[in-house]
Amino acid sequence: MTPAATSVREAPALPREHYLNVSYGWKSWLLTTDHKRIALLYLTSVTLMFAFGGTFAALIRLELLTPAGDLVQSETYNKLFTMHGVVMVFFFLIPSIPAVLGNFLIPLMIGAKDLAFPRLNLLSWYLYMIGAALGIFAMVRGGVDTGWTFYTPYSTVYSNTHVVSTALGAFVAGFSSILTGLNFIVTIHKMRAPGLTWFRLPLFVWAHYATSLIQILGTPVIALTLLLVALERVFHFGFFDPARGGDPVLFQHLFWFYSHPAVYIMILPAMGVISELVSCFSRKRIFGYSFVAMSSLAIAGLGFLVWGHHMFISGQSSYAGIVFSALSFLVAIPSAIKVFNWTATLYKGSISYETPMLYVFGFVGLFTIGGLTGLFLAAMGLDIHVTDTYFVVAHFHYIMVGGAIMAYLGGLHFWWPKITGRLYPEAWGRLSALLVFVGFNLTFSPQFILGYLGMPRRYHAYPDEFQVLNVLSSAGASILGVGYLLPLCYLIWSMRYGKVASANPWGAKGLEWQASSPPLTENFATQPVVNEPAYDYAAPEGEAAVV
Amino acid sequence: MASHVVPVRVYIGVFVALLALTFITVWAAGQDFGAFNTVVALAIAVTKATLVVLFFMHVKYGSSLTKLIVVGAVAWLALMLIGTTSDYWSRGWVARPDGGREQSGFHIEGQ
Amino acid sequence: MSSAGEHHPALAHHFESLDNQKEAATLGMWAFLAQEVLFFGGLFLVYALYRNIYYPVFEASSHHLNWKLGAFNTAVLICSSLTMAMAVHAAALGHGRQAMGWLIATIVLGAAFLGVKVVEYHDKWTHGLVPGLHWGPPETVAEELHLSVADALHAQLYFSLYFAMTGLHALHMIIGMPILGWLAWHASRGRFGPEYHTPVEMTGLYWHFVDIIWIFLFPLLYLIGHH
Repeated sequence: MTPAATSVREAPALPREHYLNVSYGWKSWLLTTDHKRIALLYLTSVTLMFAFGGTFAALIRLELLTPAGDLVQSETYNKLFTMHGVVMVFFFLIPSIPAVLGNFLIPLMIGAKDLAFPRLNLLSWYLYMIGAALGIFAMVRGGVDTGWTFYTPYSTVYSNTHVVSTALGAFVAGFSSILTGLNFIVTIHKMRAPGLTWFRLPLFVWAHYATSLIQILGTPVIALTLLLVALERVFHFGFFDPARGGDPVLFQHLFWFYSHPAVYIMILPAMGVISELVSCFSRKRIFGYSFVAMSSLAIAGLGFLVWGHHMFISGQSSYAGIVFSALSFLVAIPSAIKVFNWTATLYKGSISYETPMLYVFGFVGLFTIGGLTGLFLAAMGLDIHVTDTYFVVAHFHYIMVGGAIMAYLGGLHFWWPKITGRLYPEAWGRLSALLVFVGFNLTFSPQFILGYLGMPRRYHAYPDEFQVLNVLSSAGASILGVGYLLPLCYLIWSMRYGKVASANPWGAKGLEWQASSPPLTENFATQPVVNEPAYDYAAPEGEAAVV
Repeated sequence: MASHVVPVRVYIGVFVALLALTFITVWAAGQDFGAFNTVVALAIAVTKATLVVLFFMHVKYGSSLTKLIVVGAVAWLALMLIGTTSDYWSRGWVARPDGGREQSGFHIEGQ
Repeated sequence: MSSAGEHHPALAHHFESLDNQKEAATLGMWAFLAQEVLFFGGLFLVYALYRNIYYPVFEASSHHLNWKLGAFNTAVLICSSLTMAMAVHAAALGHGRQAMGWLIATIVLGAAFLGVKVVEYHDKWTHGLVPGLHWGPPETVAEELHLSVADALHAQLYFSLYFAMTGLHALHMIIGMPILGWLAWHASRGRFGPEYHTPVEMTGLYWHFVDIIWIFLFPLLYLIGHH
């Protein structure tokens, strides 16, 4: 089923003036306060950082083709997985959906002209760039080898690598994240269009609201912790160094108090994207809207109560471990609620299989597997067996790559016509989605088995009997890499040569589709007023799809 | 939220109270309340902070959203403090399956 | 809810009214202060734990601080909160020159606070109690703090916290003072009045928050075990 055609038969044309052509020159971009341009600045930066992170991943998988550690020395390997983690977590996954899609879409979705604090938004991007520059500086100067988790006292006392610049890079990027969250919270509270009550908001907005709460409450803790790591390295304070009376477990508490909620910063926006896509491509109102909205808040809240599940073998008390284990089971519930609601939305929907929807299906399946394996890890007794093995690595990659990155790509494709005024080539889109799905599963499903069989993470040499699974994983990674490279090529191509898109090529509901493609700088020619619930698609039985 | 202008006498009153409480802070530090020493010091500090928040920062006259943010921030701080110190406090409460000893220098009674 | 300042020069194009803009600014500043609570909070957590574990060391180290200077500084900051509140009050009434005066008073009090901190930091420096930069040999430290040599090692934890916490606090004041100066300048030009004095109010919130941090730092750092 092709996307619902507009009622006008002639080919759409780009609007005469829009946010991309209203001004030219580097100053109009580097000094912009337009949330849409800032979103594109972020798109460029996060794509660059993703390329760095992906390169480290490629080198890791290359090394792991053979049991012997023969591509790089173990010290170098330590740097590879550390930099892969640091770049992917702090400079790709945390910013990507909020800073690219959230920035672009939230004002449009609520009928506003911009975010509440446009100049702060630009500052957020500059802080991100400074943080990234510090990270790249560290990379170029020889990297860091502490693991992205910076465990002490190795990171504060014994490592000979560029811990301070990396930690400071993540520190600065953290403030970028805080300011973005702050901007979103104020915007959503204070700038909704007339008639747009909280329970008429798109679930994408709810998801970003919940994410922003986490950003505000959690990120300052990691900021402080990384600052202390840097200070400890320079001034030998001793907070986390047993030789001076300090406690490494205290570092872990401080680190994970943020870094567990951080994974919800990474996945909640993705879930918001999925809600939008699943509704549009089923042509059906999302099932259980308020449950999905409230589950985002529940995830944000409960997510702060479980950090100790990263510390079961750290020396943390068993009693605390039991409590954290139980709470970790609890936090799975709101995520499951979302999966059930998305599935129920599909039921009796009018489903079409455009590229974004392919990513939706990928997400729902892979996120479910990732989430279920999280329960394995939440069970303290089982975790002691599989912690620090490839089981954990597989678990979080299922969520972060099978989940978050798929949602990011799905969202990018879905809103590409809105962002650029162009359609991407659908056949290439579908091919890439398929490659990503196949490549992903081949890369990471063997890792569950490897971990369960006992292969430790962060080792570049392994026993011979693990080689077959490792080779499969590396083969999958190469397919996944192609799946990521293709959209880079055809999306850029489409900006010049793609078919011109109408304002609403998908026939989707949502205020952003009432703006032109691409939108005006001020988004709407006249202030929209909202009189209907979200996802107001016609009921599915026997009715034609409504534009 | 209409602009509410707080009368100057309220500010002066709060100011005097804050200075008085500072005096009490020092006095209380010289007393021995046994196990409650820290509690007393913190209680006085919390009282001072509350006065600043309510009157100097206008939260008393502000929206419920503002009040919620203040409560929320403090609650989250408490969560972090209590959650982490609970680990240290509860070391040894449950026997480890491998018979290992859990310990920390953390102790609750007496200062 | 629209305000009389429909085309007020300070009204940004993406807000529907000055009231809406002010509400947004207020919410934004409070969200910022909320994250500041968690930011400083991490240090308070480290403090709470090590104070409990190494209480005798913390007590002895705390005695080396001059509680009278600490109390004086507390009073100075409380005064500066009053002058700040008065500045907001004056700005809200459109009394630009009075607001400027109160803001300058706040700056002066802030400078006095920082001056005392310089004196205190210098004192610690001369006694070799600055971890990482100028920490005396264990015997000297032990003698200075009336501790055993073994315990003197852990005194580094106390003084690291002292410098980290008061240093971070002082940094926040140093950032605030030029902002106060900028506000004083604009107040003197008559930029603020009943319909628009948001920057003064927001800076006030920030300044009061910095005062609150000190309200906790004073007893926790200066007054351990004074009985």
